Amino acid sequence: MSSRAQIDENYYKKLEELQQLDFALVELTLYLDTHPNDMQALQQFNQLAQQRHQCAFHFEAQYGPLLQYGHSYSKYPWQWAESPWPWQV
Amino acid sequence: MWVYEKKLQYPVRVSKCDPRMAKFLTEQYGGADGELSAALRYLNQRYTIPDKVIGLLTDIGTEEFAHLEMIATMIYKLTKDATPEQLIAVGLGPHYANHDHALYYENAGGVPWTAAYIQAKGDPLADLYEDIAAEEKARATYQWLIDMTDDVDLQDSLKFLREREIVHSLRFKEAVEIIKADRDTKKVF
Repeated sequence: MSSRAQIDENYYKKLEELQQLDFALVELTLYLDTHPNDMQALQQFNQLAQQRHQCAFHFEAQYGPLLQYGHSYSKYPWQWAESPWPWQV
Repeated sequence: MWVYEKKLQYPVRVSKCDPRMAKFLTEQYGGADGELSAALRYLNQRYTIPDKVIGLLTDIGTEEFAHLEMIATMIYKLTKDATPEQLIAVGLGPHYANHDHALYYENAGGVPWTAAYIQAKGDPLADLYEDIAAEEKARATYQWLIDMTDDVDLQDSLKFLREREIVHSLRFKEAVEIIKADRDTKKVF
């Protein structure tokens, strides 16, 4: 229980930053699926993917893993199964 | 395989307990043109569609599961504090008798989800035209839902989902052109 991250103002701010980056990446993914030769979009995609990686790394360090099956690290005790889940915040 | 991400695609906030809207939103949870239908329709069509559009069906199908979770979050938040009396008052008495506060894959009228809602013709153009129609129908449904609530927080999330339908429809239309161009190329000897 003590290891549980506190859901504060900063949590929502950081989460929204990540959601914004991920939104752009979802959009670019679908766009590139039908425009595979758009070099500029591809460059933007790779640049944002790098930015997203950094953003998610910092978020997870503070608020716990976003992914599992080994795609995110965990502190002790196992953090993945801890609340809150997305519909609870 | 799929990997779950512990966050919503877009924030879902509601400003009040509103089981009436939750009942209407169920249309997009387990209705014919809802998010479950969309996800299962696209991911199932992938196996027999030409290679050039498999990526698109995979990615849109996957995004639909993120939308399904957003709709579930809306329904959950709008009903979690509702009393049995409040649920009965908006016509959710039969739902409560069967499911308590649990969500269920049914449409706004309480009809359970059925695979009959989705098609798989094996013909790429027939399948993609169905997908375009499904996106347009879902867009219309989101508009009716937005029209029925005065909750600006809920409207914000619904407007996001309405816009996604428009983008998906556009991408599917581009996929149709890709299939046609590919088909025409193959005819040239």
